[in-house]
Amino acid sequence: MSKHTPPNIPHPIGDSVPRVDAQEKVTGAAIFADDIQFGPGLLYARIKRSPHPHALIKRIDVSRAKALPGVKAVVTGEDFPGLTGLYLQDRHIFCRGRARYVGDPVAGVAASSEAIAEQAVTLIDVEYEPLPGVFDPEFGATPEAPLLHPDLGDYKVMNFIFPQPGSNVSNHFKIRKGNVESAWAQCEAIVERTYRIPHIQHVPIETHIATARVEQDGKVTLWGSSQSPFAQRSLIATALGVSPSDVQVIAPYVGGGFGCKAGVSMEALAVAIATQVRGRPVKLRLTREEEFYTAFVRQGLVAHFKMGCDKEGRLLAMQNRLYWDAGAYTEYGVNITRASGYSSSGPYDVPNVSTDSYCVYTNHPVGGPMRGFGMPELHTGLEQCIDELAEQIHMDKVAFRRLNCIQGGDTIVTGMTMHPTGLNECLDKTAAAIGWGHKDPPSAPNKRRGKGIALMWKAPAMPPNPGSSAKVALNEDGTVTVSVGGQEIGQGSFTIAAQVAAGALGVPIENVRVATPLDTNYSPYEWQTVASRLTWSMGNAVAAAARDARQQILELVAKAWNEKIEDLDIVDGNVISYKSEETISLNKIAIYGIALPNDQGWIGGPVLGRGSFMPTYVTGLDPETGQGPRAVVHYTTGAQAVEVEVDMDTGKVQILRGVSAFDVGKAINPNMVRGQMEGGFVQGMSTALFESLQLKEGVLQNPSFVDYRIATATDVPKDIQSIIVEVPQDDGPWGARGIGEHSMVPTVAAIANAIFDAIGIRVGAPPYTAEKVYLAMLDAGLVE
Amino acid sequence: MATHRISLTVNGSTELLDVPSQMTLLQMLRDKLALTGTKNGCSAGECGACTVLLDGEPVNSCLVLAVECQGASVVTVEGLAKDGVLDPIQETIVDHGGVQCGFCTPGMLISSRALLDRNPDPSEDDIREALVGNLCRCTGYNRIVDAVQDSARRQAGKA
Repeated sequence: MSKHTPPNIPHPIGDSVPRVDAQEKVTGAAIFADDIQFGPGLLYARIKRSPHPHALIKRIDVSRAKALPGVKAVVTGEDFPGLTGLYLQDRHIFCRGRARYVGDPVAGVAASSEAIAEQAVTLIDVEYEPLPGVFDPEFGATPEAPLLHPDLGDYKVMNFIFPQPGSNVSNHFKIRKGNVESAWAQCEAIVERTYRIPHIQHVPIETHIATARVEQDGKVTLWGSSQSPFAQRSLIATALGVSPSDVQVIAPYVGGGFGCKAGVSMEALAVAIATQVRGRPVKLRLTREEEFYTAFVRQGLVAHFKMGCDKEGRLLAMQNRLYWDAGAYTEYGVNITRASGYSSSGPYDVPNVSTDSYCVYTNHPVGGPMRGFGMPELHTGLEQCIDELAEQIHMDKVAFRRLNCIQGGDTIVTGMTMHPTGLNECLDKTAAAIGWGHKDPPSAPNKRRGKGIALMWKAPAMPPNPGSSAKVALNEDGTVTVSVGGQEIGQGSFTIAAQVAAGALGVPIENVRVATPLDTNYSPYEWQTVASRLTWSMGNAVAAAARDARQQILELVAKAWNEKIEDLDIVDGNVISYKSEETISLNKIAIYGIALPNDQGWIGGPVLGRGSFMPTYVTGLDPETGQGPRAVVHYTTGAQAVEVEVDMDTGKVQILRGVSAFDVGKAINPNMVRGQMEGGFVQGMSTALFESLQLKEGVLQNPSFVDYRIATATDVPKDIQSIIVEVPQDDGPWGARGIGEHSMVPTVAAIANAIFDAIGIRVGAPPYTAEKVYLAMLDAGLVE
Repeated sequence: MATHRISLTVNGSTELLDVPSQMTLLQMLRDKLALTGTKNGCSAGECGACTVLLDGEPVNSCLVLAVECQGASVVTVEGLAKDGVLDPIQETIVDHGGVQCGFCTPGMLISSRALLDRNPDPSEDDIREALVGNLCRCTGYNRIVDAVQDSARRQAGKA
């Protein structure tokens, strides 16, 4: 087989090469969905939305809107009977008979200008009969709650989701491992706590944008800001009752996703309206206000934890009841419920675990995937309870975690055997970097300092068989074009694709191009850009495609040189022979092949490598116990620690330092890995200190950047350290696994633990705003 | 709807345009001149994605009416590089990993350029203060701050 790359040439794997998309993005050349030019034929869509959290729609009169000059189409739910949804088909494109949240689309307008469309929306008359709503998931799960989806039993659902028809519970995931009830008696210490995690928003700086055109024959083209062009193709086809191959989704760069541009949401509205104005492109652009409550939000959570340990500090039992405030439609949220259930022990080896994770319909905005997919919400409470247990038995919190944290070979909460993992190393390195056990004096007499630490784990949450595929083609100049269906949403996936192709093929990274934009007619299939799965899954597909191309090239050259493939290698864009010491550049053979001696003809031709990857080993779980041989593909684990200072006069929490360490298996691009760790830490910090969708009876009180604050450049500590740990993943490219989401999972808990260390108070539900912290200090008698 | 004929300089080039009264500078740049590098993140002056230089000052172009720009000089992200040579801030933001999704990047670059123009040797706090109106959800800001510092150093080295 191939020899090692000579040491003078940097190997593209493990090298912090610059992003392949950077040049476009700093010059303004990068095209995002809003930037695509459609010419004067473009129509503009606006949406009439329900002002009620829960109401029957008695009558819709669109006649005045239709009569407005410039209006080309007005559509309602009457026009689109189909249901859609990723894991549970519980959603119509437009409301049919019932509105279930404030913002639920009731009607849509296409007009020759945005202003006319906006005016037309105001001319649509809707008669509602308001109904009592559900605004608390625990109440929603009771028989007394108004029923939001009477047809739940008729909805199509994937076989690992368990709806309870006749209730608002659209999934009930259970873990029954060991025997929790008999374990409590053996516990020296037991902590029982409830945490309420508010809804938050992803806040991509680019709002959702989609432009759709439907041809006379029904073929659909959609240009959208999308993490999931292939899933959208499938879901939109389902909703419209057309074939997926008649839907073409073109997806340029995404201006921030974090999950909210996965699956399908407002894109279906644009397509539906476009069906009524065939041949004309129809553009729908969410305003920032709409983005806050009509795009996916992160679900709220009410979590009840009970956990206990023996006097040596060994965790013996955990009992969790998780009530997810999943909103009006739970087509995606049902799987967050499942994922948080099968990871509900946190990254700990616990012999007895009982978990009930409920996905509950409420009259709140639609919950969907957000960076962490349930894990930040779960870990926020769980990792504070772990701290409290350690306190109760007077054990150091790092030592307690080191004793209990998951290691390779442990039987985890679902019965799966844990693969090798560097969690202990992450814990120790994080503790060392933050100076655990050492307390610095505060910067002023009215301030108090503290340190906090938290662990995490997270597995990619997805169906058992999500596929990836890739193409690697040689160009006539010897460069390589990589085609993937995984999206670039800022995380660096295109750069990883280029590095993996370069590394597997044997060409310099500068010689690799990535085909953009994604287009379901040309790009190879990718399930979705979610779950921090691309480096691993798409990376495997790209590596396979590059190796396929490599094999074709080596076979060709071996034949031309009359040599054995084993003696050949591709190094730095040249085929070389270790035996004959011949060398030929790829640009000499790439497209046109190699001429045989004496004009006897040619061999070879265009080289096109193909590769695909799909995990084949994920098993089902028993619906009553959540037990099965292999619930997930793998877990990324990690730790974070922070040092904070609390201002006793104002309650303001300042983050002085942050440290992260995550086991990424192998850092293909260490600088980008650290970039993910830093960005995730700051996003987690922002949710810890500032963020909450303030919902009152289903009405959002703060849908703007003024009232929903996110971290700015002045809020961020200068000292953020990111440590890479590498315990290889057996089926990852060069051992790599994902990191994108994980970096905001333990942050809120680490900050809460640090606040406790500083002032001795558990403030409870985030965000830990100055006001909330000050009031907590007032309650505790810490200030007067 | 009344329209107004205005002339102004955009990235060094003179433009003569008919703009409706209510059209913003952002809309004019994107829809009339197809300069789509300037992004629309909120239409309310809250996110900074649409920042451009108006007569050398950074402004949220979504809050400026196009008619106000009669006779003005506007610089957008497309105007930072000259003859194929990037502005130092465009180079350093790449070198320091300050670009992820890229949607806030044009506004960040313009705000940074404005800072360096008025203060070639800014402190770290100066930089954070100058970027406080530019929201970024991906990077966590520090790499952008590092890029501005590095850019200042490189400029000082050249001077």
